[in-house]
Amino acid sequence: MSLAVAETVEEIKARNKELIDEVLKVYPDKTAKRRAKHLGTFEEGKTDCGVKSNIKSIPGVMTIRGCAYAGSKGVVWGPIKDMIHISHGPVGCGQYSWAARRNYYIGTTGVDTFVTMQFTSDFQEKDIVFGGDKKLAKIMDEIQVLFPLNKGITVQSECPIGLIGDDIEAVSKAKSKEYGGKTIVPVRCEGFRGVSQSLGHHIANDTIRDWVFDKQAGKPARFESTPYDVAIIGDYNIGGDAWSSRILLEEMGLRVIAQWSGDGSIAELEATPKAKLNVLHCYRSMNYISRHMEEKYGIPWVEYNFFGPSKIAESLRKIAGHFDDKIKEGAERVIEKYQALMAGVLAKYRPRLEGKKVMLFVGGLRPRHVIGAYEDLGMEVVGTGYEFGHNDDYQRTTHYVKDGTLIYDDVTGYEFEKFVEKVQPDLVGSGIKEKYVFQKMGVPFRQMHSWDYSGPYHGYDGFAIFARDMDMAINSPVWALTKTPWK
Amino acid sequence: MTQNPDHVLDHFELFRGSEYVEMLENKKKNFENPVPDQDLERVREWTKTPEYREKNFAREALTVNPAKACQPLGAVFAAVGFESTLPFVHGSQGCVAYYRSHFSRHFKEPSSCVSSSMTEDAAVFGGLNNMVDGLANAYSMYKPKMIAVSTTCMAEVIGDDLNAFIKTSKEKGSVPMEFDVPFAHTPAFVGSHITGYDNVMLGIVKHFWGGKAGTVPKLERQENGKLNFIGGFDGYTVGNMREVKRMFDLMGVEYTILGDSSDVWDTPTDGEFRMYDGGTTLEDAALAVHAKGTISMQEFCTEKTLAYIKEWGHETASFNHPIGVGGTDKFLMEVSRITGKPIPEALARERGRLVDAIADSNAHIHGKKFALYGDPDLCLGLAGFLLELGAEPTHILSTNGGKAWEAKVRALLASSPFGANCNVYAGKDLWHMRSLLFTDPVDFLIGNTYGKYLERDTGTPLIRIGFPVFDRHHHHRRPVWGYQGGMNVLITLLDKIFDVIDASTNVPAKTDFSFDIIR
Repeated sequence: MSLAVAETVEEIKARNKELIDEVLKVYPDKTAKRRAKHLGTFEEGKTDCGVKSNIKSIPGVMTIRGCAYAGSKGVVWGPIKDMIHISHGPVGCGQYSWAARRNYYIGTTGVDTFVTMQFTSDFQEKDIVFGGDKKLAKIMDEIQVLFPLNKGITVQSECPIGLIGDDIEAVSKAKSKEYGGKTIVPVRCEGFRGVSQSLGHHIANDTIRDWVFDKQAGKPARFESTPYDVAIIGDYNIGGDAWSSRILLEEMGLRVIAQWSGDGSIAELEATPKAKLNVLHCYRSMNYISRHMEEKYGIPWVEYNFFGPSKIAESLRKIAGHFDDKIKEGAERVIEKYQALMAGVLAKYRPRLEGKKVMLFVGGLRPRHVIGAYEDLGMEVVGTGYEFGHNDDYQRTTHYVKDGTLIYDDVTGYEFEKFVEKVQPDLVGSGIKEKYVFQKMGVPFRQMHSWDYSGPYHGYDGFAIFARDMDMAINSPVWALTKTPWK
Repeated sequence: MTQNPDHVLDHFELFRGSEYVEMLENKKKNFENPVPDQDLERVREWTKTPEYREKNFAREALTVNPAKACQPLGAVFAAVGFESTLPFVHGSQGCVAYYRSHFSRHFKEPSSCVSSSMTEDAAVFGGLNNMVDGLANAYSMYKPKMIAVSTTCMAEVIGDDLNAFIKTSKEKGSVPMEFDVPFAHTPAFVGSHITGYDNVMLGIVKHFWGGKAGTVPKLERQENGKLNFIGGFDGYTVGNMREVKRMFDLMGVEYTILGDSSDVWDTPTDGEFRMYDGGTTLEDAALAVHAKGTISMQEFCTEKTLAYIKEWGHETASFNHPIGVGGTDKFLMEVSRITGKPIPEALARERGRLVDAIADSNAHIHGKKFALYGDPDLCLGLAGFLLELGAEPTHILSTNGGKAWEAKVRALLASSPFGANCNVYAGKDLWHMRSLLFTDPVDFLIGNTYGKYLERDTGTPLIRIGFPVFDRHHHHRRPVWGYQGGMNVLITLLDKIFDVIDASTNVPAKTDFSFDIIR
């Protein structure tokens, strides 16, 4: 049974149903009932993908999800480069997430920039028993002595903090006062909160609202505003994604006053309420703060997608639609400028990738956003799902997926393995935990969180790399070697 | 425009293009409110001074760039060394995502492990339901032969009782009554990953030997002359275990490896994903009680396990991640003594070859100063080898090393004239090491991948030996134990030494007179 040879959409749908019924058999009844709600097939014309989402993962099933701490420290706050982010609690969380996400930045690490460092309160038993507030206060003092050029501190709570009743808000306020109003942000992103990384994004967004924006109230901007000021929201600059996006916005005549949060700085966070438009890439992780800025400061926001030339052009025009003719012309000029590059990339790679089938399982915006880039290359996404998406993500996904696409929310290790085994895609795009499982099976794979340490994938410059990487994965000679010839 | 379809530029070339350089300069100048250059320069230089070092070493609360992880990581490492064993971590699920990623990034292999996915309600009411459901799901989905339970700090803070929870789960039918579910409490706020390894290894041995949590009679030991071997938490486990087995086979030693993850972290790409592969069989784990003795390659990784095994009447011995001639000699002679098997000529030959290689090359290492950091046993093993090579292990630092370790390192240093000017730093981190490298520079640094930041800041060339190694591939496949392992380490050291000489003698008409073909 393989979808790869299925002819009609109806056949595909029937097979998906059969496949889902088959994987559900492995579960105890109660679990099968719960998991059934997360697996389905997209039906053309529906307003969502027909699956439940943002629900607790089931114990013991090998979910791929992370935690709220990962969403706050690992995603939203960690890349803010001139602040020091304390992993507050035992040593592990900070250790495993230390420099693991490749949020590129420019700066002198350890002196005025701190992204790829691991600051931890390294909790010991006595800190659990007696509380960690005094230790936290002392840590802040030590940071002030040893890292005097830091522009602020955040406290990224690990599980024990909320369980032992520490008052990190009080410590943060007191120390902020002591250090002349320094920005010190307590973040209640304990890993047990919520059902995935997602709540960590939300909590982190809220702390920016409460501890950064509110402090700025009434203060003037550090620069003179222009009608063309925008902020990039929700680009973590993995492999330089935000840079290959920013360049396009600037080329079309906009001025990017802030990057959230890849290669971002506290000054940029503070300046963002002065933007005329927030352009939002990762809706999932930063829609909260975008909505807040819309309500409080009247700043409109627009979602965009910079994966692949079709979506880039569409997005540039959509963003330009918020401005005058000068910017609209600028968008056309940018699209034109890169036309030859895109034609060259497609001429080279599309013939090598045409008709190849892809299955995705990623976080944030990627389970839908990258589909257009694959389609630009003549490839087809036959299955997709979100690690920590909500229903509004699945609604947005309907604009991207084809009728009959297999949908799997918070997929378990077992389900994903079986789906790939039966659907036999030419490429799987997911994370580090999945990579080697599928490569062992002889299925080409690309990490679609970290770009497999490549990138950028955003923007026109990034698309060339994306196309090259997908070709490299699928057409590598290694896949011809996996079968032992004498067996 | 720099990008080019015929020669696609990666991030390291692309962003050096003038349009990006200019864009990022403007970003900094206009929007980042940057630190003035003179302040940056002043502080940068200040961090290199003895004054800064003093303040840095006066730290009492803050840890910066530690070289240790938490207990549960070691727990998972120990568990996967047993046949078809699924590690089950009771607590928050994000932790498990981290351990799996961490191991996959080092070994470039799948790393299977489940969580009981405790959330806020479990924080209030306890995680019993998560255990009951989790065991049932894991058992039916992944068909393990054993589930090894450990904990995250969340479960420890709320005080979940694993023994009682597992018992209840079995009563509720999550897994059959007789199904093996050894367990260990592994609080992340006590010790480090090596403590977690020790706790889970102890939990598994206790389970099989000590009556499976009171459900079956304790085993009765009937000595059979065999030898048990425990490797400890070891980033080189794939290469090392195979080397140890080869040496045992050469000696004719009958052995049981307790916790052998060399296959599960080195599975072939042949069209099949093996969630489980190799490992100590559960039968062998139980039968290991009858062995004459048990030896551990890493003392500080197996303190509790070895003490427990000793109570069973085993002769026990432990080593400190032995590397090089003397360390391997001691290891093999101890194996020979306990088992009564002579060391064969083949191993004497291997020894001679390593000595031969050292004789050939030691002039290039003699007197060179090294800074090294890592797990306590690895530091001891490496320092011993460096002393043997006539090098000076000037700074020896272990974030998870304690007082006993410190004393042991001091004794080692005192045993050699090359240790005279060397120092040991227990419980310190890599930000301390940064100060040491500035104020008391050395020729080379030995450590894990994270040492590359020290290399960049201080200019001290990094030799990657340790865990994790994320940014170089396949090192874990080569042993560092045994004479052959010593050879690998020697070659690794020499390659870096020669590369550094070449890289600093390659300016034509200026420094190229030492750019030698023969060395």
